[in-house]
Amino acid sequence: MSQLEPITVNVDEFIARNKYEVDEDNPHIELVDHPDSEAFLELVRACPAALYKVDANGNQRFDYAGCLECGTCRIVGADTVIAKWRYPEPTMGVEYRYG
Amino acid sequence: MADFDAIVVGSGCAGPVAAYELARAGKSVLVVERGTFAGAKNVSGGRLYTHSLRAVFPDFASQAPLERRVVRERISLLAPDANTTLDFTDARLRTEHAESYTVLRARFDPWLASKAEDAGAEYITGIPVETLLRDGGRVTGVKAGDDEITADVVILTDGVNSLLTGQAVGAPRPRRDQVAVGVKEIIELPERTISDRLMCADGEGAAWLFVGDATHGHVGGGFVYTNRTSLSVGLVATLSDLATAPTPIYQMLDDFKRHPAVAPLLAGGEVVEHSGHLVAEGGLDAMPPLVGDGVLLAGESAMMCINAGYTVRGMDLAIAAGQIAGQQAAAALTAGDTSAAGLARYPAALERSFVMSDLRTVRKFPGFMEHATRLFTDYPTMARDMLRQLFVVDGTPVRPLRKTLPPIARRVGYLNLAKDAWKGARAL
Repeated sequence: MSQLEPITVNVDEFIARNKYEVDEDNPHIELVDHPDSEAFLELVRACPAALYKVDANGNQRFDYAGCLECGTCRIVGADTVIAKWRYPEPTMGVEYRYG
Repeated sequence: MADFDAIVVGSGCAGPVAAYELARAGKSVLVVERGTFAGAKNVSGGRLYTHSLRAVFPDFASQAPLERRVVRERISLLAPDANTTLDFTDARLRTEHAESYTVLRARFDPWLASKAEDAGAEYITGIPVETLLRDGGRVTGVKAGDDEITADVVILTDGVNSLLTGQAVGAPRPRRDQVAVGVKEIIELPERTISDRLMCADGEGAAWLFVGDATHGHVGGGFVYTNRTSLSVGLVATLSDLATAPTPIYQMLDDFKRHPAVAPLLAGGEVVEHSGHLVAEGGLDAMPPLVGDGVLLAGESAMMCINAGYTVRGMDLAIAAGQIAGQQAAAALTAGDTSAAGLARYPAALERSFVMSDLRTVRKFPGFMEHATRLFTDYPTMARDMLRQLFVVDGTPVRPLRKTLPPIARRVGYLNLAKDAWKGARAL
């Protein structure tokens, strides 16, 4: 069982500075039912937006709304956690102002 | 009769330059970009070596939205509690053909796209291409939203996370050891503050790479690039190693920002953007076929990226590859043969350029980095401990360096040191 050290940063606060058009109706990333916990933890480590979280009760959390569209989870979770990975619908998703 | 001579998918560095060359050659060309404007979805670490941009647009320096010219190069071995830095300045870094500039892609890419548009390329923005049109084995166009648009040649410059190169040339999904994740924050500070902290004149700046504790000893590194009124601060970590690390990438970045060697740079600054991007790190051996029937690949969609540890290059390769792709696609269109055989002139021309030459030179480096674990753990602390012997004066009797330094090197092992030096030298 691999362990994560305590997470002290709140990335949501930084993500909130980004500009998004969130497509509430069409998640562009979908996960498999009941992802394997080790495979899920790999995405917790690799997603730069911290969209994959395990809460204090050990529940897996995922929210595509803050996605940076980098594709990291598409690679890391390809055969385990990720059921669908597409780019957001036209004009949706992150819009970088600096890049 | 196809709708266009050529369709370019993606407006980053390679795409607009390819479109520009095609338009200049009198070909009809459409660029399809999924961002609402060119650059809206694009991220880079921060520095463009401009030699290949100059080859396309000699007057770029007076036109392009560049941030600062990089005249100070720094590389650091970062230990958890210390930092050892090589700091290099050189008049040569200011000479025309050796220049590099920091850039912000949401500002730079629209300018590059405007050059293609001015030359006659048409643009559709805000629509991702999800599917390529095919006729048997041949790519005949793209499906963009509900529209099907055809062309005699399709140029894929849709970036490292392309969902199309598999359809086009059977490119496999990159392996975890072939890509890294980059995470970056833009931290705003006054222009003069940045100049002062990095010891640069206004308009000039620094590129600073860190290896070691930036990724808490994992394969990858940290970076700081100076923009005009912001710093680009981030990390790159190879996915195969990161996947089992005890610290998530974003926590590594926060720790890096708080490191005593980095924190004073950022003090008082405000995070205005948090971005992420994949980085192609597999080098030459991770590159897919560059052409198929009716299709060719350029830039990071073809994994064109060089990470030699001290230099990280993608954009200059993409611009050169885009130029060559555009020129050779135009020649193939004129010759009336855009089959894989007709487009073979593109990889042939690329082979004669610095692009493939440089990728070939550092071909073995990705394999070396992946196994050079001491670089990320032992060497930063070894440098710290040796320099402590030189610089720490605390009243205890000083012992001769010839007695204190060898045991520190022996901790890593002379054989390991020799092996790493030899392998590193052979990989570069």
